[in-house]
Amino acid sequence: MKKLVMIGNGMAGVRTIEEILKVSAEPLEITIFGQEPYPNYNRIKLSNILQGDTNFEDIIINPLDWYKENNIQLFTGESIVNIDVETKRVTSNLGREVEYDDLIIATGSNSFILPIPGADKKGVTGFRDIHDCEMMIKSAQHYKKAVVIGGGLLGLEAARGLLNLGMTVDVVHLMPHLMERQLDPIASSLLKAELEGQGMNFLMEKETVEILGDERVTGLRFKDGSQVEADLVVMAIGIKSNTEVAKNSGIYVNRGIVVNDFMETSAPHVYAVGECAEHREIVYGLVAPLYEQGKILASRICDLETNPYEGSVTGTQLKVAGVDLFSAGEIFEDGTTKSIMIYNEYEGLYKRVLTRNNLIVGIVLYGDTKDSTRLYRMLTKKEDISGVSIFHTECSAEGGNGDVASMPNDELVCGCNGVTKGAIVEAIKTQGLTTLDQVSHCTNAGRSCGRCKPMVSSILAHTLGDQFDETAAQKTSLCGCTTLSRDEVVAEIKEKGLTSVKEVMNVLEWNNEEGCTKCRPAINYYLGMIHMDEYKDDRDSRLVNEKMHANIQKDGTYSVVPRMYGGVTTAADLKKIAEIAEKYEVPLVKLTGGQRIGLFGVKKEDLPAMWEELDMPSGYAYGKTLRTVKTCVGAQFCRYGTQDSMALGIELEKKFERLDTPHKVKMGVSACPRNCSEAGIKDIGFVGIDGGWEIYVAGNGGVDLRAGDLLCTVKTQDEVMEMTGAYLQYYRETANYLERTSKWVERVGLDHVKDVLANEETRKALNERMDKTLKKYIEPWNEAIQSEEIKDKYYANHTIKVGE
Amino acid sequence: MLQTITRIPVANYSNIKFRSGYTLKIDDTDIALFKVTSGEVYAIENRSPHPKGGVLSEGLVSGEYVYCPVYDWKISLKDGKVQAPDEGQVRTFKVELEDDIVFIVS
Repeated sequence: MKKLVMIGNGMAGVRTIEEILKVSAEPLEITIFGQEPYPNYNRIKLSNILQGDTNFEDIIINPLDWYKENNIQLFTGESIVNIDVETKRVTSNLGREVEYDDLIIATGSNSFILPIPGADKKGVTGFRDIHDCEMMIKSAQHYKKAVVIGGGLLGLEAARGLLNLGMTVDVVHLMPHLMERQLDPIASSLLKAELEGQGMNFLMEKETVEILGDERVTGLRFKDGSQVEADLVVMAIGIKSNTEVAKNSGIYVNRGIVVNDFMETSAPHVYAVGECAEHREIVYGLVAPLYEQGKILASRICDLETNPYEGSVTGTQLKVAGVDLFSAGEIFEDGTTKSIMIYNEYEGLYKRVLTRNNLIVGIVLYGDTKDSTRLYRMLTKKEDISGVSIFHTECSAEGGNGDVASMPNDELVCGCNGVTKGAIVEAIKTQGLTTLDQVSHCTNAGRSCGRCKPMVSSILAHTLGDQFDETAAQKTSLCGCTTLSRDEVVAEIKEKGLTSVKEVMNVLEWNNEEGCTKCRPAINYYLGMIHMDEYKDDRDSRLVNEKMHANIQKDGTYSVVPRMYGGVTTAADLKKIAEIAEKYEVPLVKLTGGQRIGLFGVKKEDLPAMWEELDMPSGYAYGKTLRTVKTCVGAQFCRYGTQDSMALGIELEKKFERLDTPHKVKMGVSACPRNCSEAGIKDIGFVGIDGGWEIYVAGNGGVDLRAGDLLCTVKTQDEVMEMTGAYLQYYRETANYLERTSKWVERVGLDHVKDVLANEETRKALNERMDKTLKKYIEPWNEAIQSEEIKDKYYANHTIKVGE
Repeated sequence: MLQTITRIPVANYSNIKFRSGYTLKIDDTDIALFKVTSGEVYAIENRSPHPKGGVLSEGLVSGEYVYCPVYDWKISLKDGKVQAPDEGQVRTFKVELEDDIVFIVS
């Protein structure tokens, strides 16, 4: 397998990997080193985090699961210190060495920090990553006065965020006008007036020469001798390509790492992409050109034909502190240009198009950017403007979509992901899409900066015509097959007494008659949850692992994990497992993370026979159900143990095994607070104390690492069972399908759950419904062994030889 | 010149359950056979066009599509085309039905 290593784990690099996974004919061994301790997140949205509009979870583009699913080895918090281009290997700061066949450098950029005295003082930061954001948010809790150096886009966004955090903010700018690279003086003075109205104070034409203070910053001194106080200084003057490792390794670096039209650096098999790369003397900092580079690099690495990258003309669509701006091409008039302008100071609108010889050469739009895509196309395609009206006059009420209607199909709507109007319309028509969510899923439009969402929404409205339903379009539907949300589907099932997956899809008018892999398993779960023991499970609406009662591996083989209650086994069972593993030549026998034994690489047609010989229940290692109850040895043998953890673990596992839950559920039982079973990171964890048990909930040891919260403390094992049954049932009834308990508790609130479970009557009712549900389950491996029909339908392999 | 067309009987139509994948092997080719709700039978190569491969026979069937069980790609049973936003193509086989016998023609 070809070994691909990438240094850097940011937007441009990971997009390149996504493109590679899409086009690569053969599997690659991919390793990524990221300096930050996170998966790839949307850096464009950092200002939203600072401004408190969103949280970190929401800006993750590729969650850790994505890396796992694609078999990408990811080392976070680790940076590469050396590239040996001769022997083709990289070395990390932790001494790890990895060989490569191809190497991508995607190290991005750093904030440019002014080389002035005091720049290393405490309270001075750039504005570039999560760490910077956190530092600023923390500072705002203890300090009052912030100074942002830099009146460009980044600086103004930082300033707006700091205002939101309750700080007083001065913005220092070297030039006489804000954002002078994107805006002309009129637009920039409009912007300045608007921002002053929001509470920003501007210090224009000031050059900072020193940062004052002892250990922590106390103020700034300017070249003209004046000073200003500051508890926090944010430097947002620009970025500097992060080229250190390339430079040290002898790769040619100018301002960035120099690449040719195929993103190749001066060293063979070493490529660079993103803000660290310099192409034809330009370092790009916007996402659209970087994604373009990524696409070309992906083709190059997969040895596919590709056009060379010839640079990008960039149009910048920005939103600063609530003001929409667009800028592209030339900004300033010279003797050869003619301007077309609309200036409405009263409403804060300003549009100017700069023309030369009947062609558009520059665009500045302030306050209303509806015309941006059309004008930008005219600029890039060099359309003659004689006789064309440049600005559409105000739309009348019914003409609200006029702009969308007249937009040509090849016009770009989502600049970040290169999605045209035509592609969106086609997806809406051919796939019957009705919500913004669905369009984003299908086309990628709006998945990055999100600024094109209003435009996508207009296109959706225009394409659907009368069928467009505004509120429906905005909500999160179960999946693309319906506009109904989870709660609406559940309510309809109860109200209309729907009893099968087919009936739900039929009666609730699914636009895709037989559903998809998102809604079918969810509906099947909700039906089972609502109708308890009266519902007959729809096996073909389950995804492969649950349908087969075994985990599929990527080569089409399966794994077999028998139940070992509480992680307790016997010598006889171990012998049996060993003999069967030998008999069926099982390629891998491994202890799993849940205290049991997994047999991996089993052929589908061997499954029923192996289960029969094992004569043990399924461990459900594949299901959205109770997985394992991990236990410590406890009071039976351990000198510290205060409670019988094994006995409780076994009782719990025997009671709740096979139960369908919204997502997998893991439990742990420890006999003392030393907590050897790691009960603090389980969906439900039990810790024995003197005279009772503590019950912890909503812990998670996986993707969203989270420590459990104490739900309550109880005295007896019976009370443990009662509380656990009620808690689990409440989760089953109120969580979204595929929502782990950790997410669920954060959504509904721990106090709310405590309140509900404090009522004895409620607990009793919940337990009754739980017990009724538990009655319906039968052991699935045994069921398969007994039934020729199941064996033939799911586990048979028919071999036909021609001519026999 | 004569062209040889092989017509291989692979199953009894009435024995095939709706919406589940049957796996069969003709010489060295793994094939997945599906009978969809309309009653139509389709045969495609039992290998996902995803670069990492995987079988298709265990996928969820919806209308004339099957979802790749490992990577969740939506694939047309009619022409083998992978649906957007993913891209790719699965090999399809011609299926003929005579009396109750399903033939694969290759």
